[in-house]
Amino acid sequence: MTSAATATPLLERRLLWVLGKGGVGRTTVAAALGLLGARRGARTIVAEVSARGELPELFGHSAGEGEMELADGLWTIQVDTRRALDEYLHEHLPLRMLADLVGATRLISYLAAATPGLRELLNTGKVWELAQPQRRVPLGDPYELVVADAPASGHALGLLTAPRSFARAAQAGPIARQGGRIDEMLHDRAQTGLIGVARPAEAAVTELLELRASLRESAELDFDLVVVNYVPPDGVSAADGRALADALARPAGLSADARAAIQRARFEERLASVAREQVAALVAELDGVPVIELPALYVERVGRAEAESLGERLGRAL
Amino acid sequence: MSEPDLASVLLERRICICVGAGGVGKTTTSAAIALGLAARGRRVALVTIDPSRRLAGALALSELSNEPQVLSAAHLAPTGLDLRGEVCAMVLDPKRTFDELVTALAPDERTRERVLANHIYRELSSAVAGSHDFTAVAKLYELDRTHEYDAIVLDTPPSRNTLDFLRAPERLIQFLDARALRMLLAPAGIGARLAGRAGTPALALFRQLVGVDLLGEISQFLSSIGGLLGGFRERASAVQALLRDPASAFVMVSTPESEPVRESIAFATQLRDASLPLAGLVVNRYHPPVPDPAPQTAAALGAALGERLAGRVIAAGGRAQVLAARDAIGVGRLEEALGSVPRTLVPIQTAGIGELETLGAVARELFGL
Repeated sequence: MTSAATATPLLERRLLWVLGKGGVGRTTVAAALGLLGARRGARTIVAEVSARGELPELFGHSAGEGEMELADGLWTIQVDTRRALDEYLHEHLPLRMLADLVGATRLISYLAAATPGLRELLNTGKVWELAQPQRRVPLGDPYELVVADAPASGHALGLLTAPRSFARAAQAGPIARQGGRIDEMLHDRAQTGLIGVARPAEAAVTELLELRASLRESAELDFDLVVVNYVPPDGVSAADGRALADALARPAGLSADARAAIQRARFEERLASVAREQVAALVAELDGVPVIELPALYVERVGRAEAESLGERLGRAL
Repeated sequence: MSEPDLASVLLERRICICVGAGGVGKTTTSAAIALGLAARGRRVALVTIDPSRRLAGALALSELSNEPQVLSAAHLAPTGLDLRGEVCAMVLDPKRTFDELVTALAPDERTRERVLANHIYRELSSAVAGSHDFTAVAKLYELDRTHEYDAIVLDTPPSRNTLDFLRAPERLIQFLDARALRMLLAPAGIGARLAGRAGTPALALFRQLVGVDLLGEISQFLSSIGGLLGGFRERASAVQALLRDPASAFVMVSTPESEPVRESIAFATQLRDASLPLAGLVVNRYHPPVPDPAPQTAAALGAALGERLAGRVIAAGGRAQVLAARDAIGVGRLEEALGSVPRTLVPIQTAGIGELETLGAVARELFGL
């Protein structure tokens, strides 16, 4: 494992983005970070930008609208483009003009959907708003830590590049200013951290590295940390694997049960060895970005207790 | 091996649409189904959206192409399958597919050029939610109409829910519907408003807020898309009819882990609500049951391997039992929610073998080859 020393301040930043391919356990990592933050006394919110309601489910709740308390000091929200647009309009328009909007919501949604990058900007803007010491929404209490559970890779890139595009492309106006402010926070290493998540499998590793290349190229951003989820236990080593193969090759002396047990151990060893190769390839490609491995969990479903224990591991490693 | 029920269903249908959550092996399953059908003598078109680099490489799809390419028998030899039929594979580029559709539907060259160059068109064809789904089903329809294939297997793009996919044609039409937009913009007639560049208050507000002036683009978009709308509408209803055709089969792909199971059940409910019955279920990365070893096994392992290694073998067996128990619960939940749909459990595959070898193994599991 790479030294995590450079990533030490990560937990002291206000805004952490969790990025990666579908099925790699992004939400579990986001929940683990959220629980860790809350445990350390920070008022924390996990914002699901993918809005699949996975996080409430993990805590045994059903998804609801707005900010929702999951545990002591831990909140969650499903970020929704439409609500974000409404909030934005209410913040930026004088009351008398809001009246004009009645009946025009569909048009505004249409325009928002047709404007390149605007949906992404609105979603990133909502995450940014949650991370403000002075909240923009009425009666909003500030959070000390915002963990953003981003959608799958390609969409995540759009979220992180949209503010800059608007800051540069739009003529003067509130959106250009807003884009500039958000982009500034995204690039402030004292405030924002980027965490990539992968499984130790080829597709997930490749996609994470591709996402990193795009982030660096189009947004001048990089991961502060990469978390590899589902790392199988070392159990049986490669040398052990050979000893097991030898035992199976011997003509007699083993019962069917014993042979089956050995075959299962060899199967696990091969999975683990491919996983180790993938982790090694990832670490080599990441050239210096700290990598933390989280173990595969042998449970029926990942719930709060598992997320808490993974959070503690992250806390120890960071 | 006898032929699984799911294989019988797939062999009877002309179209197989693989749906499911992200990261469950949908693309691999689609490719394995195509190979299995080819092994049973069918000429198959495999339409995939975004395969991993390794799978694309294994299928010789490194060149992104919107046209089906025949995969050569020599290339597929590592699958170990006796392919009596043929697989033509293509990786769909949604943007290009959309452009092709506009080209096909545009009444004249000038309209086509104006639509393709319009910023609003370019944004919605590559970014609007549902446009990837729409292009996938549009391509499905086109391929089906050529009558060149016995079967078409579609790997659907990852979307938040299956309904996005099913409603894509309808939603896109709504989006493109110039009449609806015209009414929103100005009930009295958009022409005058746009000509005066005043726009409605909402449009003016939007321009002020966003700092992007869309007025000219919208006006141009509306006038140029108008001629295509009838064609889009017609195409969309033909696509809807194809999805509901008895020759089409929706196959749910999942893994037994709790999160994909939850998403799969939600997808299946949506399909049912849309009156589109699920034809089958494929559960990937399944860990089969591990019986308790006979009491003397530990001692036998100890004698053969030594205490340390025997201990590790037994520990690995314990983990396999936990995973098998977890998977039994996941499969049970799927079966309970999905009813008696034909299903195949595909055991977790050996790691470290080539992609084509894996595809061959999965195809054998699915088709009892």
